[in-house]
Amino acid sequence: MPFPATRLSVVERTRSGDEETRRLAWATIIEAYWKPVYKYLRLKWSLDPDAAADLTQEFFTTTLEKEIVERFDPTRARFRTYLRICLDGFASNARKAERRQKRGGDVVQVPLDFRTAEGEMARHEGSVPADVDDLFYREWVRALLARGVADLRLWAEQSGRLSMFEVFARYDLADDGEGRPTYAALARDLGLTTATVTNHLAAIRRQFRQLLLEQLRELTASDQEFESEAARLFGSRALDAGDDRR
Amino acid sequence: MSWISDRAIDQLRAAAAWPELDDRYVITGVAGGGGMGTVYIAHDQVLDRDVAVKVSNVADQRGRPDRLTREAHILSRLDHPGIVPVHDAGLLPDGRRFYVMKLVRGRRLDQVMSQPVPEAIRLDLFSRVLEAVAFAHAHGVVHRDLKPENIMAGGFGEVFVMDWGVAQDGLPDPDSAIVGTPGFMPPEQEDAAPVDARADIFALGAVLAQLMGDHPSRALAAIAAKARHHDPQRRYQTVEQLAADVSRFRHREPVTAYRETWTERTVRVYRRYELPILLVLAYVIMRFVLLAALGV
Repeated sequence: MPFPATRLSVVERTRSGDEETRRLAWATIIEAYWKPVYKYLRLKWSLDPDAAADLTQEFFTTTLEKEIVERFDPTRARFRTYLRICLDGFASNARKAERRQKRGGDVVQVPLDFRTAEGEMARHEGSVPADVDDLFYREWVRALLARGVADLRLWAEQSGRLSMFEVFARYDLADDGEGRPTYAALARDLGLTTATVTNHLAAIRRQFRQLLLEQLRELTASDQEFESEAARLFGSRALDAGDDRR
Repeated sequence: MSWISDRAIDQLRAAAAWPELDDRYVITGVAGGGGMGTVYIAHDQVLDRDVAVKVSNVADQRGRPDRLTREAHILSRLDHPGIVPVHDAGLLPDGRRFYVMKLVRGRRLDQVMSQPVPEAIRLDLFSRVLEAVAFAHAHGVVHRDLKPENIMAGGFGEVFVMDWGVAQDGLPDPDSAIVGTPGFMPPEQEDAAPVDARADIFALGAVLAQLMGDHPSRALAAIAAKARHHDPQRRYQTVEQLAADVSRFRHREPVTAYRETWTERTVRVYRRYELPILLVLAYVIMRFVLLAALGV
């Protein structure tokens, strides 16, 4: 399949007349964005963990209440950029008003594990990046890839291709700081031929790309935004890690 | 998996982007790329040579030939020593397009400019760029994104004009987005209005201005200024006209873009004929000294 079948974007689905469709769309948006939002508030707005957690909850509640997402115009900005601009405005207003009251009402129930997010921040390889706007993008990519890997594992389990996933996990997810194994070493460890390792990686990477593109399709609001996000995600800046199998 | 390290992020992005080429081309590295596509270095196992493979970052969503395919077609039509030849093209299993081209080894013009390179060499490189662009124009192709980063200089003085992905070749544009690079785009291109060869002439003027650094001679600065005049009618109308003025400057002849003062003309003529003038002067002085010595 050359590219993912067109799905309604989550932005469109938040405008659905069906309540369950709306709820699921909101859950998807929150799942993709809550960690970038939390970490952005922690680093750019220098909030302590509790304040950032409160404001993250409040941001999604408020965006829901004020229908900020429903007002999004895809011809004017990327959804991700729009959300970050909204977040800056929201954080600025919150700081001015020093309001921290919890909101109730129509809150989407997505468990946000702030303790995990805080632990992840402690594990950042570097310190706070010079451009915290890039941080928002990187955290968004991290959330996107994490879901992509989870979807890939599910696909491998359901289709009986766990050995393929194992090759992928050992090669493309390797981050132990000692470099990735060679194809030959991987083949030896897993009892496969080098050719099988090569073929497994090619096939599962194609599936991984497909799953990421489906997510991107869901999280963007137009063909142009989708292509632009995909180009950035898969563009040359992403490729420094390369493939050192040979 | 809830946590993915920064290193794994890079690896996963690269893995998802990695092109699944057939056995003929073995990828050995990444050369670079931009918004449209990524260029990989590969070894062509059939012909036993290194090549560059450009792969689109994402398959076109509207089922049309994408810019990358268009670029390959344009390049295959432009058979010129200053334009990279295309060897092969195709479709990846995931729907992305790719094409294979000569691997150009060298430095980008902006990297060349950062080094202390003599003006004569800089102008020689620029003249080769003009030849390639004039050839493209003669075949109805306007590059629309000429800039130092899109020009490669090889180790033997060869020059390649790269990145024809947003070139205009008379066919309808794949999309109506504004293309080009600020600082190198003429006003009409910034306004997304139709452009012609004079848009490239504007960009070439900007390239020349950068190539010459902060203190170019007035004549050269005038050439660059005329090339990038905001009014297309007041620019050079063809690359050949621009090339002719650059050639005149290189040969110390008066250029059409600048009316020199009497002093400047004297200095230019002196520099052009420096050796014969010095010889005549030396002869006259020797003769004068000889006659004086003889008491004539």
